[in-house]
Amino acid sequence: MNKEELKIRLETLLSSPSFEEGAEWTTVIIGPAEWEGVARQLRSGEGLDFDYLFCVTAVDWRTHFTMVYHLTSTVHRHMLVVKIKLDRERPEIQTVSDIWRTAEFHEREAYDLFGVVFTGHPDLRRLFMTDEWKGWPLRKDYEDPVNMIKL
Amino acid sequence: MIQEAGITEQGDLVVNLGPQHPSTHGVLHLVITLNGETIKKVEPHLGYIHRSIEKMCESLSYRQFIYVTSRMDYLSSHINNHGCALCVEKGLQIEIPPRAKVIRVLMDELTRLASHQLWWGAMAMDVGALTPFFHAFRERETINDIMEETCGARLTMNYMVPGGVMADLHPNFQKRVKEFINFFRGKLGEYDELVTGNVIFKSRMKGVGYLSPESAVSYGCTGPTARGSGVSCDIRKLYPYEVYGQLQFEEVTATGGDCFARYMVRMQEMRQSLSIIEQLIDNIPEGEFQAKTKAVLKLPKGEFYSRVETARGEFGVYIISEGGTTPYRIKFRSPGFSNLSALDHMARGHKLGDLVAIMGTLDLVIPDIDR
Repeated sequence: MNKEELKIRLETLLSSPSFEEGAEWTTVIIGPAEWEGVARQLRSGEGLDFDYLFCVTAVDWRTHFTMVYHLTSTVHRHMLVVKIKLDRERPEIQTVSDIWRTAEFHEREAYDLFGVVFTGHPDLRRLFMTDEWKGWPLRKDYEDPVNMIKL
Repeated sequence: MIQEAGITEQGDLVVNLGPQHPSTHGVLHLVITLNGETIKKVEPHLGYIHRSIEKMCESLSYRQFIYVTSRMDYLSSHINNHGCALCVEKGLQIEIPPRAKVIRVLMDELTRLASHQLWWGAMAMDVGALTPFFHAFRERETINDIMEETCGARLTMNYMVPGGVMADLHPNFQKRVKEFINFFRGKLGEYDELVTGNVIFKSRMKGVGYLSPESAVSYGCTGPTARGSGVSCDIRKLYPYEVYGQLQFEEVTATGGDCFARYMVRMQEMRQSLSIIEQLIDNIPEGEFQAKTKAVLKLPKGEFYSRVETARGEFGVYIISEGGTTPYRIKFRSPGFSNLSALDHMARGHKLGDLVAIMGTLDLVIPDIDR
């Protein structure tokens, strides 16, 4: 599917999608409640087949978090970026580790470094930091006078 | 919590492998649950060499941050630098001179060769053959010497910068690379005689650590790990960058999905890299090696993503810019991280000794995983 076809298809799939203009790949912004259902549709919907989740990350925008999922299909070779806005006080989102197995590690990383909670994740623990670590290192307001050198 | 070593209530034995163990090739810590000698579960514990490179990059300028990325996958440092330089160039919308493009590809392929050589030596050592390690390091030394002449460093090159490459090629470069190609062609045959055809080696590798194509994609495996399962995922072919689109080379895949298939993919990839270098070495265009760029780089507000193929798989650089001189957020999608996540799936049901062989064919570089 090319960019336009994908956009039309997504409009039928989602209740009120908003697209980000000017991006390299089709970028869609959805709400956290929709995510799980949409993810399943994207993975196995006819003509979509987004089977390869190649990048998962979170971004701290100081007022809110954004989860960014980069998807592609090994069948059709089309690309999609899904962005989900999360509340900064209570960042919670449904896991997709049962749909794309790679998400298990990537979500643990996002939890470890940003404190985003993935509900339904089979093993949500610290990944790089020790279990006793306090705070979420990649948040913009994180302070660590011992381990961090400010440039 | 890390499970304590000992015997569980079900009578399974829990043992630690690493973080200080020669076969984990760095500080990887695996907690393995065993039933007798059969693996029931492998749980990787990461972070022993986590430096939070992503956080560091947030306070480094677009010229500076590339130097840190050499320290991630230190065996593919050229290619890491390349990915970052591509991403910055995408943001600045600059076209680099043809000479720089060819130099970059040459360096990438030499790096891939050096990395695969080291992997081959270490892989054979993991399954009990010590001699190949010395053969591999002897040949790798030649590449390191070539790199040293042109880049001034042997491991963390920092040679690719936004706009092109740091310096022009050394006058000896072409001559020495040609010598190396002739020398290494013969050695590759020797590698096959020494290890590939060996009966003991084959029996350690065949049918071990099976990864189906579906699982490979689902776990986000890339590079030779996924291509050993028949998944076509070579970024150089699928999304060609620099001059890869104009070159004659094949994407090597195998269908076995086991350790031997992954081994064969890397062996064939070395031949493909040699062929790429041969096509380019006499055709390096004359001209500038660096495009004119401003002293202080400022990326426009927006998001930029670049993908390159390292020796281990797909390396992605995701830069979010707020328009300043430093990235607002940077994410490195490292190939080793995703490849490692499939380890538990591949190792279950095999013997403890096979785990080392499986890890060997994943070609893990721990700083690349921990970042």
